[in-house]
Amino acid sequence: MTLQKHPAEGRRSPELRICAMLLLLAGLFFASFALGRYGVPLPEVARILWSRAAAPLQALLDRMNFPLSLVPARTWTDNMEIAVVNVRLPRILLACMVGCALSAAGTAYQCVFQNPMAAPDILGASSGACFGAALAILLGRGGAGVTASAFLFSLSTVALVYGIGLRAAGRQAVSILLAGVMVSSLFSAGTSYLKLVADPSSELPEITYWLMGSLSGTKLRDVGFALPPMLAGLVPLLLLRWRMNLLALDEEAKSMGVSVGRLRLIVILCATVLTAASVSVSGMIGWVGLVVPHLCRKLVGNDCRCLLPAAMLLGAAFLLLADGCARNLIATEIPIGILTAFIGAPFFILLMTRKEELL
Amino acid sequence: MKLEVKRLSFSYSHKKVLDDLTFSVEKGVFVSVLGPNGAGKSTLFRCILKFNSGWTGAVLVDGADTKTLSQKEMARRIAFIPQIHRPTFGFTVLDTVLMGTSRQLGAFSMPKRKQIELSYEAMERIGVAHLAHRDFDRLSGGEQQLVLTARAVAQQADILIMDEPTSALDYGNQFRVLEQVRALADEGRTVLLSTHNPQHAVSFADRVLALAEGRIAALGDAGEVLTPALMRRLYGIGAGFAETDFGRVIVPEAAARR
Repeated sequence: MTLQKHPAEGRRSPELRICAMLLLLAGLFFASFALGRYGVPLPEVARILWSRAAAPLQALLDRMNFPLSLVPARTWTDNMEIAVVNVRLPRILLACMVGCALSAAGTAYQCVFQNPMAAPDILGASSGACFGAALAILLGRGGAGVTASAFLFSLSTVALVYGIGLRAAGRQAVSILLAGVMVSSLFSAGTSYLKLVADPSSELPEITYWLMGSLSGTKLRDVGFALPPMLAGLVPLLLLRWRMNLLALDEEAKSMGVSVGRLRLIVILCATVLTAASVSVSGMIGWVGLVVPHLCRKLVGNDCRCLLPAAMLLGAAFLLLADGCARNLIATEIPIGILTAFIGAPFFILLMTRKEELL
Repeated sequence: MKLEVKRLSFSYSHKKVLDDLTFSVEKGVFVSVLGPNGAGKSTLFRCILKFNSGWTGAVLVDGADTKTLSQKEMARRIAFIPQIHRPTFGFTVLDTVLMGTSRQLGAFSMPKRKQIELSYEAMERIGVAHLAHRDFDRLSGGEQQLVLTARAVAQQADILIMDEPTSALDYGNQFRVLEQVRALADEGRTVLLSTHNPQHAVSFADRVLALAEGRIAALGDAGEVLTPALMRRLYGIGAGFAETDFGRVIVPEAAARR
């Protein structure tokens, strides 16, 4: 009996490709520290990061009077350290987290609704967050208030959508999807109204800038805010990734002993928390959650066991790259939401029109 | 396993679709469910599988009321083989068959060696093991239907319910599928299979359950029950029967008028 695990029709081993994605992400992650208007050479980046990482261990060694020095001699300037640790580290971490979360959410929604057009904003998580953020800005709240309001509005919007979807007659998945479209447009209209009444000299630009999506000025606080909900969304999805495949069978999965309704609810919940956490710290960053899952489907197939990890890695890499472009391409920073659309849309068209297996 | 249906009734918004059905199927018996469009064949299956709720009466599997069985316990007893349909996101054949083993797995666990071996056994049993690494959605309709049958075999349930598995298949593939189903019944599985072709019932099934307007029009041995009168009642056409070396053959009356 042959028990080779994969190589399907000319498709190379998905596991190998996931390893390649991991290397790509690691490379981009490291290189991103060196990029920026204030140039820091790569070896210095390595030394600064290492000195910070090794510091706690060094303290322990010192206390035990162990004659070993882990921290390298200081060859960098204070400005370099500030640029790398205080400015770039939070931003790079957040770019990875948001990219990872949005791609995972997109993949999960696509599985739930068996719809290739499904993206993280399909149930209104984004438009709800935008409304929440605009409202908070209008009420004069600062950074943390805007983030919290966006997060809460995002979650309540999807809860509303799910509630309406369950009450509707007909197939559950379709009803939820339709409710998502309706409620989404309702909140978009609400946001438009808020923009209309906002003070055009102060509040309106802030709202507009927030809506475009940006990672500039990311603080470690944002990373801290986003991390717990993102973990809460990602861990169950990763654990359920084989089960997520069975959502493709809808009712048939019931006859195989799977509670489809419950599974669908859990996956929607996780994907929504991921989207809400991402949007509330970075604003509307479109396309990642649509393009990356599709690219991964072409690269590793539709089996979520490989697809989900692949989407997470490639999503992080994609947003890291996009953010790298956003802060380096021209002198003034381009909002990343605009860039992802500029990169995403043509790339998606390329994906759609290419009939052949990718790579 | 023995399947008993007692006084089963079901309505879709005031329209009675199933009206007081009572019948039972012994272990290892292949029952062909016949009836015109809208007779309630699919609805009967959906009630037995608990896809539909709100029906009255009882369905017993080896004496156990399905209403008291959990989804997993149901899956251990009854496997469902649907009509083929194109999935939005296609899986490989191996992954498709592996899904049939889901009832053995906890929500958080991935299929392991045991499930993979079970799937290969099922695919070899049905003769589709050579397709294991192909993409399901690139197979022919006949191959797809066989793969779905293999999936049900991998589920290791004793009762198979098949909703018009042959309706989308070409002539040859119809009989390739039916031959496999016959063999599964001969191994002791109970089969309920709906079809629009009474010839399938005569050639492959042990018994016929004929439905008309939600009631049982006939129930009995395939050879005895299918008569010109029943053909007229079910389908509204006359038909002749001929005995050949390959068994009984049904010919529609219209063919004689040419």
